[in-house]
Amino acid sequence: MEQSPLAVYQAHLDKGELAYQWSPEAQKAVFYPRVICPYTGSDRLEWRVSAGLGTVYATTVVHPAREGTPYNVALIDCDEGFRLMSRVEDLPPEVVRIGMRVKFRVHRPAGDEPPYPVFVPVESP
Amino acid sequence: MDGLQRGSAAIIGVAESDLGAVAQDMSPIDLMAQGIHRALADCGLGLRDVDGLVCAIAQSRTSGLALAEYLGISPAFVDTTILGGSSFMFHVAHAQAALQLGLCKVAVIAYGSTQRTIGRRQASVREYNPYETPFRPFLPSTAYALAASRHMHQFGTTREQLAAIAVAAREWALLNPVAWEKKPLTIAEVLSARVISYPFTVRDCCLVTDGGGAVIMTTPERARSLKKPPVYVLGCGQAITHANISSMPDLTMTGALPSGRAAYAMAGLGAKDIDVVELYDAFTINTILFLEDLGFCTKGEGGSFVEGGRIAPKGALPVNTNGGGLSYCHPGMYGLFLLIEATRQLRHECGARQVADCETAIAHGNGGVLSSQSTVILGSAATVS
Repeated sequence: MEQSPLAVYQAHLDKGELAYQWSPEAQKAVFYPRVICPYTGSDRLEWRVSAGLGTVYATTVVHPAREGTPYNVALIDCDEGFRLMSRVEDLPPEVVRIGMRVKFRVHRPAGDEPPYPVFVPVESP
Repeated sequence: MDGLQRGSAAIIGVAESDLGAVAQDMSPIDLMAQGIHRALADCGLGLRDVDGLVCAIAQSRTSGLALAEYLGISPAFVDTTILGGSSFMFHVAHAQAALQLGLCKVAVIAYGSTQRTIGRRQASVREYNPYETPFRPFLPSTAYALAASRHMHQFGTTREQLAAIAVAAREWALLNPVAWEKKPLTIAEVLSARVISYPFTVRDCCLVTDGGGAVIMTTPERARSLKKPPVYVLGCGQAITHANISSMPDLTMTGALPSGRAAYAMAGLGAKDIDVVELYDAFTINTILFLEDLGFCTKGEGGSFVEGGRIAPKGALPVNTNGGGLSYCHPGMYGLFLLIEATRQLRHECGARQVADCETAIAHGNGGVLSSQSTVILGSAATVS
């Protein structure tokens, strides 16, 4: 294997894309990316790029014990049928609601940390 | 569980080690050894009788080696399965299998942690997950808070109902001389405490204490000639549904459902037949999820079920009679303490918190972030005669 599943995923994020895998045998989306399909055990997995639209499945606000302001952590169900952990930005964390429609945006942290996917409301709240 | 026979093994000795904040430089192995020493005294056996060694701890990579060396034994049977806080319920099933097959004659299950003394981060180092860590979930709290958010959304469960669980646990703890918490608690105090990960305040979250203990098991034949009345293993079940919360199929349905079903089937009992309920309450939402998934109420009704002191002392259903992980002790992986309390209840040793006329108990373990679930149903001699 020339590139790990994580490396392929990160390369897509570098290009501003949210990638996931598709299992043609299970006819299901697979996330996080893997070497074999958890539904069939097959190593036939195809890479696809998400349209980036999803719905908030669960949400919480983390209150740091010492420094820092409260922030959102959410689980997002993408329309292609996979779920991932992320956060919803551009609104106060306590306003994020289950069922809210959201769209993907790549977040590029400063320093060495690789980009990761965040979400923003489809419509302004 | 297929292959295990109802009542083919018994718990004969139980003990806690020192709890709370233990002496400086005590090691987790010291606490396991202390628990084993006390549990052997509880049943009248000695270390030389032990030929099965079962343990799980977070602070030693090869705890089976460390503990065997410390005790000076070379056990015939060893199991160090580690699946989080429910590990010890898995251990009971494994020890029962070993006893049934004759792989050993006396098995000890042990645990120890000094997480309060050395700090939780040092005691249990979290692995980096490229799909979760960047979002800085405060684990495990955030994962359980996400589950709570889902339960509140789908079923209208309220923060007050979650708080009622913390209050009930505290009322039980006030009846337990070795419980960490010593002061009463109100619903208002739970709600106004420091928020950790919404909807949880610090009072919705388990304690961070040191502690350890041991459970000793043997065959029914041997059990009948020992100091204390045997407590029989009637049923065992288990289920693993995920490791990380982002991979949990449905945040309102846990593996306690299949785990409980398997344990009830083996025991030939149902929820209505259980006298004492010990559930792994790492967070207040756990108690609701497990009451539902183990059949004590229907799915979605856990919130209203716990209102009005129903699971508190003098309530209709005795739940977490030691004060639970919320108010008694929580040294990282708490499952062993549920087995200890269930055994003591069935032996009628619990003083002010004793549940009258109990013959059956359920001890349900939870591990990871609702990831591994394992159920043990225990019964007094009356349940196997």
